[in-house]
Amino acid sequence: MLRSRHLLGIADLEPAEIREILETAEAMKEIAARPIKKVPTLRGRTVVNLFFEPSTRTRTSFEVAEKRLSADTLSVAVATSSVTKGETLLDTVRNLEAMAPDIIVMRHGSSGAPHLLARLCRSRIVNAGDGMHEHPTQALLDAFTILEHKQRLDGLKVAIVGDLLHSRVLRSNVHLLGKMGVDVWGCAPPTLMPRDLPRFGVTATTSIDEAVQGADVVMMLRIQHERMHGHYIPSTREYFELFGLTPGRLRRAKSDVIIMHPGPMNRGVEIDSDVADGPYSVILEQVANGVAVRMAVLYLLAGHDAEGD
Amino acid sequence: MPQVMDADRMSRALTRIAHEILERNRGTAELALVGIRRRGVPLARRIAAALHDINGDDVPTGALDITLYRDDLMRQPVGPQPVLRRTEIPFSIDDRRILLVDDVLYTGRTIRAALDALIDFGRPRAIQLIVLIDRGHRELPIKADYVGKNIPTSPAESVQVRLIEIDGTDEVIVQNGEAS
Amino acid sequence: MKLLLRGGRVVDPATGTDGEFDVLVEGGAIARVAKSLPSEGADVFEVRPGWIVTPGLIDIHVHLREPGQEHKETIATGVRAAVAGGFTAVACMPNTDPVNDHPGITELILKRAAAAGLARVYPIGAVSIGSRGEQLAELGAQAAAGCVAFTDDGRPVASALLMRRALEYASMLGVPIIDHCEDPSLKGDGVAHEGFFAARLGLRGIPAAAESIMVERGVSLAELTGGTFHVAHMSVRQSLRAVRDGKSRGVNVTCEVAPHHFVLTDESLESPVRYDTNVKMNPPLREAADRDAMIEGIADGSVDVIATDHAPHHSDEKLVEFDRAPFGIVGLETCVPLVFDRLVHTGRITVKRAVELLSTNPARILRLPGGSLAVGRPADLTVLAPDAEVHVSAAALASKSKNTPFDGWSLKGAVAATIVGGKVVFSAGTRG
Repeated sequence: MLRSRHLLGIADLEPAEIREILETAEAMKEIAARPIKKVPTLRGRTVVNLFFEPSTRTRTSFEVAEKRLSADTLSVAVATSSVTKGETLLDTVRNLEAMAPDIIVMRHGSSGAPHLLARLCRSRIVNAGDGMHEHPTQALLDAFTILEHKQRLDGLKVAIVGDLLHSRVLRSNVHLLGKMGVDVWGCAPPTLMPRDLPRFGVTATTSIDEAVQGADVVMMLRIQHERMHGHYIPSTREYFELFGLTPGRLRRAKSDVIIMHPGPMNRGVEIDSDVADGPYSVILEQVANGVAVRMAVLYLLAGHDAEGD
Repeated sequence: MPQVMDADRMSRALTRIAHEILERNRGTAELALVGIRRRGVPLARRIAAALHDINGDDVPTGALDITLYRDDLMRQPVGPQPVLRRTEIPFSIDDRRILLVDDVLYTGRTIRAALDALIDFGRPRAIQLIVLIDRGHRELPIKADYVGKNIPTSPAESVQVRLIEIDGTDEVIVQNGEAS
Repeated sequence: MKLLLRGGRVVDPATGTDGEFDVLVEGGAIARVAKSLPSEGADVFEVRPGWIVTPGLIDIHVHLREPGQEHKETIATGVRAAVAGGFTAVACMPNTDPVNDHPGITELILKRAAAAGLARVYPIGAVSIGSRGEQLAELGAQAAAGCVAFTDDGRPVASALLMRRALEYASMLGVPIIDHCEDPSLKGDGVAHEGFFAARLGLRGIPAAAESIMVERGVSLAELTGGTFHVAHMSVRQSLRAVRDGKSRGVNVTCEVAPHHFVLTDESLESPVRYDTNVKMNPPLREAADRDAMIEGIADGSVDVIATDHAPHHSDEKLVEFDRAPFGIVGLETCVPLVFDRLVHTGRITVKRAVELLSTNPARILRLPGGSLAVGRPADLTVLAPDAEVHVSAAALASKSKNTPFDGWSLKGAVAATIVGGKVVFSAGTRG
């Protein structure tokens, strides 16, 4: 049973809850293999996908998950222009609540936006990514994917490489992997590395060779081209030279290493195409697992009381 | 606690059911067993073993988790979500006679959910129901085709089936008050 | 009219007074401070045992929001909050709308304050036109109109050259330049202190160096020019180091610390409420080591003034995502309880030191007529009840805005009465 009626972040979950979600996801994954990929569990329930940031991958993944559970889904893509029209987040959501959604799945550009809603609105909130803060379902599907290949999390070496400073995927993964006993390494140029990273239990290095050495899992995060404007990196070319995951660098990892990426990928910037499309890559599996994990989350949250615990 | 069935009687009941299955279906052609989690699964396997002993045939056996099809799932006030387990039906159910297996038949709602689940897997030629215990108090028009034992109960009582595979012992107990 | 404050301990560092005295006020000025004064037709204000009479408290960093942002606060509501907080005078910041860079606006502010008839208001004018950092405002005309200092607060003075010129020019007028010390490029779009908690919450950080390098700039320029430089709302230990260093070299530098910077830390970003916009201000809440350094500086004399940086914002504006919320919290009515509860009662500072920080020094730095109970000075007094329990209630604040992180706090130390020009303008018993 999940203690909270919301999923705002991995930071709030205990290891037992994480395990429960992952085990439930395993049962959910089987539904994708059936001829009729549907169960009636959330029939008559309304789930609203409220996306303030554009996202194809996460939004469609949630939509498929919701539809497979027979929920009525409503996807609202809020263009930034309606925000500049002056309607506050709270007003937008309160208007939506007039239609009595059971669950609101929200992605927003501001860290803490779902927490504001959880405090002040009636619906159950699932955080589909808030600013630089967390992206809990991504970390859950990453862990699920790792478990499928390694049968365990405890004691693995997982290297996460990329723009660590701005990444919500990093934060959620660091929380989750840390709680499950993983040896987490973070690699980035100093300009893209949070200064307090070691305080989060992560071994920090600016050397990709060191990070990848003996790794069981290498997770690549994307580098946005805009980072050149904030003086974080001189160019994507140099970034690839120093931090790109190439087949040569990959040889330092364990022979059964798996390569992961939350997507979308910048080929030739953080990752070489040969690696992204190569035999060690599980990037496409992550996408498939995303549906099962999100089904599990919706199922486990939907069982909670309708109006506040 | 009143024990209404011991290991010995359980074994004989299952063997008797296996004979009834063969008699009614004239052999094992097109048959498949699907146990309803949790305790329906070991019972289904035992029946498959019994059929094999009598007949030499291997009847395919699967496990069905009906949690997601329950009609009371989202209606509970506050309570933990029931644990979800994998459904494993490694064969096509199209055109087969499916023998659904459960430990206790009570209101019939579990069986209703199982029927809905099965239909999503394909189109069986027929579905028959095997239960170890029928305790009465049906709320839906559901009837078992094969019954290990009929035990009249009051709603205040609970019937617990214990199996070696899960509980370490074979027996059936009737208790006053809610099942633990 | 005559007013006699009878009984009570009088603490006035300016005149070296600390003892049981009566204070007689006549015609709006201090007439006598002595033992057992006869009432002789004066109204008598009984000072209860345990209460303390001090020169009126002065808050030199307050945003009154008028003209232009009256939905947050007006001069009328602001001075009501001030006297409720024990302040007989406030100096108000120029980042109104329009910015106070012109005597017409200074006059408007003074007129509205006079009409309210509660706390005295001393306008601080903008250093540059519109506070845009491009051209000096007419500091001479503004000083003549009543401005007591200049700042582009809300922003730093844009360039070192402009700061140099401002310090030079203002020294002719005998007024200080106050700087909101912050390097814009280092601050970027940061919203919280760059540290562990911001990293965990995914909030863009403002490094301590963004403040300290501008404090260092100000100290160097004050040294170069001989002008008077005052650091607004100092928050980090590196800034304090630069101020101490400057003082030791004889530079004319002074500094102020706001109560939230000696009470709270960046841990408040997470607890008790995550992303609470009532803990979003600039400079942000810093690390524990900075908070402790501020207390040390307050205790050892390196810090000259406690000023609240009272920054009212309407609740609609604060009830948004953390990134979008405006910076600032109200402070006039929680200052005295926090100073007493966290500094005096804990033994970090004496009552005398508290009065220096809240009255004597503010008056000295801005060359105001208050801050002293010498005979002939304006009859601005604050009566404090240091042992009274205060339960902070945001809803009950006199300020128009309620954006405080201290809602629900229980503190020891209250204002019993506030007297301006010999008139009791606030009394705790008759709080409206």
